[in-house]
Amino acid sequence: MELVVFVFAAAMILVGGLGVVLRSHPVHAALSLILTLFGVAVMFVSQQAHFLAAVQVIVYAGAIVVLFLFVIMLLGVDRTEDIKTEPFKVQRPLAVIVGLGVTGLVTAAVITSRDVVATRGAGIIEPAMTDPDSNIRQLSRSVFGDYVVAFEVTSVLLVVAVVGTVLLTRKMKPASKESQ
Amino acid sequence: MNNTTSILGLDPIAIGDLIWAPLVIILLKVVVIFVLGLVATMLMVWFERKAIAGMGNRIGPNKAGPWGLLQTLADGIKLFFKEDLLPDRADRFVFKLAPYLAFVPAFLVWSVIPLGGDFSHGKGGIVTWFGHATRVQLADPPVGVLLLLALSSVAVYGIMLAGWSSGSKYPLLGSVRASAQMVSYEAALGLSLATVILLAGTLSTSGIVGHQSSFADWHVVSTGVIPFIIFMLAATAEMNRPPFDLVEAEQELVGGFNTEYSSIRFGLFFLAEFMNTITMSGVIVTLFFGGPQGLFNIPGIPGAIEGSIWLIAKVLVFLYIYVWMRATLPRFRYDQLMDLGWKILIPTSLGWFMLMAVLRLSRDEEWNRGLVAIVAAVIILGCVALMSTAVKVSKANREREGAMF
Repeated sequence: MELVVFVFAAAMILVGGLGVVLRSHPVHAALSLILTLFGVAVMFVSQQAHFLAAVQVIVYAGAIVVLFLFVIMLLGVDRTEDIKTEPFKVQRPLAVIVGLGVTGLVTAAVITSRDVVATRGAGIIEPAMTDPDSNIRQLSRSVFGDYVVAFEVTSVLLVVAVVGTVLLTRKMKPASKESQ
Repeated sequence: MNNTTSILGLDPIAIGDLIWAPLVIILLKVVVIFVLGLVATMLMVWFERKAIAGMGNRIGPNKAGPWGLLQTLADGIKLFFKEDLLPDRADRFVFKLAPYLAFVPAFLVWSVIPLGGDFSHGKGGIVTWFGHATRVQLADPPVGVLLLLALSSVAVYGIMLAGWSSGSKYPLLGSVRASAQMVSYEAALGLSLATVILLAGTLSTSGIVGHQSSFADWHVVSTGVIPFIIFMLAATAEMNRPPFDLVEAEQELVGGFNTEYSSIRFGLFFLAEFMNTITMSGVIVTLFFGGPQGLFNIPGIPGAIEGSIWLIAKVLVFLYIYVWMRATLPRFRYDQLMDLGWKILIPTSLGWFMLMAVLRLSRDEEWNRGLVAIVAAVIILGCVALMSTAVKVSKANREREGAMF
């Protein structure tokens, strides 16, 4: 059962991921991204992380990709892009290097920690399996307890980003009393 | 508990070996809920037309069937046999996909609403059918309420992509409006929900209903006023129903996001809209008014069926309110809609949630609750003053720059 779910979800993630890269139409690429996000959500559910799965769908699929699409539609860039032309020459070789590097690092991490990964149920806290709300309790304990400073600093960072964006979009006019 | 049961363990019946009796019960529940949803939607369309006709001093549908009850069926058959148009400039795949993206989430919400069962005296709504314990609810996932939010955020795609893929201007305008509106009001929806979750202490819908086991536990003051009103308004905006139906402003947009749709694809959008009205009423009843919990015992009817009767009665009240709002209220202007969402509903729901959290904490930590309430009231007044000053300043700035509103 778990294997079947894994195979389907992995197929969703891979197809979606390839779609994001290969589809030349921005809207289709964004839709492929949604497929990937749903695949990840299914993975979360099969690993008992129900809360993360729900939040993944609400935040990423429900808000962020909607905003992507919104921008694509509003700016009118919803035309097929010619991917043959290259705005930055270094971009593609760099992308290959970064891709290979990340793949290598992840593979290395999996190989070195194989004895931990291979142990079934390692690192699982027992009450998590029985209490349906324990997901949220544990998350909130670590977010608002152990890592509260990091959490608050991140939220400050986000507020700064929002305020900065608003300021950037405003046209700064020299204050003149004649316009009244 | 191994992983297999955790995926299926949304219903007590699915835990353990899936021999054929539980399997048949689950399949039966799926079919019954699907058919119930369709029939309810059909009746809802009739009800809305009839009630609005009554309020407008007209007769309404009265030809097909007794009291015009079969009017929706006739309309459906007509739609089914109409020509299925595919605009020349449409994005074929997305154009065909969009109606299902609107329709499927509307249906899935049904699966997490407790539709009956005896929740009194902490029985938790478990009923026994043919010797198997189950719920009168298709699935009871541990994140039930969040699933509702996730589905309503997925439903945005149906409308958004429908407008975009039509390849013409007016549907695109409609869908851009829709997505901005739905994303804005989703925040208020979630924040007003948070108060309910805080007081119930669980996310599962059956848990929330079980928590409201008597009228005294409905939290009439703490969730029944501010979070309920905010949720009701945000849900109306989320469903694009009047007075928030800018998405389908016929006078400005020809028809809205669905202008280019015809035949059964239009029918799916239509169905989804009315289905959403019913499911949202069901969600409101579940979250704020005890779901299938009755106010008193109806004599001579067993508890589980009594729950369903109460649920239907409560849902009908909200359906009537929605129809009434449609018949009475004129459409909002777009800037009024955004002002209401961002400047009133979101701050109010957030403030109320914080207040409830502080009161809860003061009870748990045994602080002086009177003092806490006074301090909280002072802080809230300060925030309100700050907020209204900010709004006034920005309004003055805009007027100085020459904006008309």
